Amino acid sequence: MIFLKIIHFISAAIVQGIPLLFGATGEILTEKSGNLNLGIPGIMYVGGISGIIGGYLYEKAAPTPNGFLLILIPLLASMLGSLLMALIYSVLTITLRANQNVTGLALTTFGVGLGNFFGGSLLAMFGESGSIALKATGAAYRTKIPFLSTLGWFGDLFFSYGFLAYTAVIIAIVAGIILNKTRVGLNLKAVGESPATADAAGINVVKYKYLATCIGGVIAGLGGLYWVMDYTDGAWTNNGFGDRGWLAIAIVIFAIWKPKLAIPSSFLFGGLYILSVFIQVPTSWAREIINMLPYLVTIVVLCAVSARKKRENLPPASLGLSYFREER
Amino acid sequence: MKKERKTREPLVHITKRATIPLWKAILVRVVAILIALVISAVVVVVFTHKNPVEVLRAMFNGNFGSARKVLFLLQRTAMLLCISLAVTPAFRMKFWNIGAEGQVLMGALAAAACMFYFGKTKMPNWLLLILMFAASLIFGMLWAIIPAIFKAAWNTNETLFTLMMNYVAMQIIQICVSIWAPNGSGVMGHINPTTYKGWLPDVFGQKYLINIIFVTILTGILFVYLTFSKHGYEISVVGESENTARYIGINVKKVILRTMAVSGLICGFAGFLLVAGENHTITKDLAGGMGFTAIMVSWLAKFNPLIMMGVSFLLSFLHLGGVQVAQDCRLNESIPEIITGIILFFIIGCEFFTRYKLNFRSAGKEEAK
Repeated sequence: MIFLKIIHFISAAIVQGIPLLFGATGEILTEKSGNLNLGIPGIMYVGGISGIIGGYLYEKAAPTPNGFLLILIPLLASMLGSLLMALIYSVLTITLRANQNVTGLALTTFGVGLGNFFGGSLLAMFGESGSIALKATGAAYRTKIPFLSTLGWFGDLFFSYGFLAYTAVIIAIVAGIILNKTRVGLNLKAVGESPATADAAGINVVKYKYLATCIGGVIAGLGGLYWVMDYTDGAWTNNGFGDRGWLAIAIVIFAIWKPKLAIPSSFLFGGLYILSVFIQVPTSWAREIINMLPYLVTIVVLCAVSARKKRENLPPASLGLSYFREER
Repeated sequence: MKKERKTREPLVHITKRATIPLWKAILVRVVAILIALVISAVVVVVFTHKNPVEVLRAMFNGNFGSARKVLFLLQRTAMLLCISLAVTPAFRMKFWNIGAEGQVLMGALAAAACMFYFGKTKMPNWLLLILMFAASLIFGMLWAIIPAIFKAAWNTNETLFTLMMNYVAMQIIQICVSIWAPNGSGVMGHINPTTYKGWLPDVFGQKYLINIIFVTILTGILFVYLTFSKHGYEISVVGESENTARYIGINVKKVILRTMAVSGLICGFAGFLLVAGENHTITKDLAGGMGFTAIMVSWLAKFNPLIMMGVSFLLSFLHLGGVQVAQDCRLNESIPEIITGIILFFIIGCEFFTRYKLNFRSAGKEEAK
């Protein structure tokens, strides 16, 4: 019994961890280029609501929706929405050299507002009432692997998720390989550590920063899509995504800027997020202490990393700074 | 006699401006705000299907519709201004403290704790208020100084550190609320609702007015502190260049710690005003994201306390007006955040044109002739 309960808990922790993993992988790529994108929470909201809008319009247009298009259209809509958000950030901070913190916070305000606005008003705008529930789209996203998911506890643990969950893990692994094993990754890290040096070495700093930020944004946006389509089954609740975007940024630190470490870290944080429900703590204050753990642990890691000053564990040296070639 | 140009000259060449005439700087910003307002108007009209004049009327109605609404607008402006003032000293030093939300909340929590525990005793109200005031300041300061210590000692990234501290503060409030709240309801409600212990008194029969007065005084003090005092000078030097500061004998670590302490003190004060003067309760949403908005206010005002008054008024006006528009049209109340976002993007973007100059290729050739 306890064994099954633990399996159930781990699988629930993974479900909670997937949006965080998307967000963390996206933010790691972005930060490796020296851009501290605090707009990630906003981008994740937009990624979610864009998917909802795409799915809603398609379900409305097609009385008998095609399973493949049900997945493809929200996916493309979500990626487009996140890409536009990341582009706003890139143009402002890279081309116009604006302050990254201020731009990121403005982007989060904007993105969360946009998500909640459309989430709360989409049906009203089309003259309907009630709240958004895209049953067909949600079901398409939650499709499990046919045979493997029925293998008892083994199936529950490894094969009980929608395809986006596996995508998240694959993206994180690929990102890790690109960062550590390829020339592109090496160049990207050079841009994040010292853009002036990278520029002198002939690396196109602006191109790398743009690409890393935009690709990172799109990946993070998928986290929002996973949340609305898979976890909530195609339904939108205002502020339902909560502070998970910030938690994703915390994971970036906790995983010391390594995508591979982000995978277990996300599942761990996901587990902490729901731990209090599973172990049924008697008092509510104890539950709140558990909810505080992810942030506390992150602070400890941040301090420990900075105190040990091990080069490969430190944040990218130019994190948060704009680059202008002619500036001394 | 063909002289082929070997190097390819880019279409636009960017150079840094040494100075910019004041009228030009103002013009750039006014144009940016106008474009942003036009876009926002289009967005709102598309969403609401109402004509712009009607929307504008609803916005003014939401802010100036009644004496109570005007007072509420001023109160919101005052609180946003207070937190913006709080983050400013650190920002001038280029210390990116984005933990104002948490620092305000800790100040608020300290005030609420005093109200909760001493409200039942025979302590006179003036003493309780002083106690709350002191506790708020100390807690706000502590919350700000922890990241500063690590920054000074190990150069720990302060942006990420202060960001995490926000959520720790929110959870601490959740813990306290779950202990204090009656019958485990998880909601505090007004503290001392019958005895009014620890409530700031109404001035001239008006609620909130005392907050507005306090913040106005604080704005003056901080302007003087930053512009005319030796501390203010040291902050500016450290912000411009730590090496220069060290060279002229400023103790950089000391300045970092002291300035963050000042930031935290003011944040704590804001928390005190939120609890004692406005809400008389404690929740983790008490600051309502103003700690983050304040960062943008401070930056937009170029860290100048006097301009901040205008910026926080503008953002508060947009917020309350947007809520009114949304209510009138039965739409979600997130319209103000979208408008604020659009305006911020344009103001943030236009900064570039005040700092840098674009030299187009054709223009450059003519000059060469």
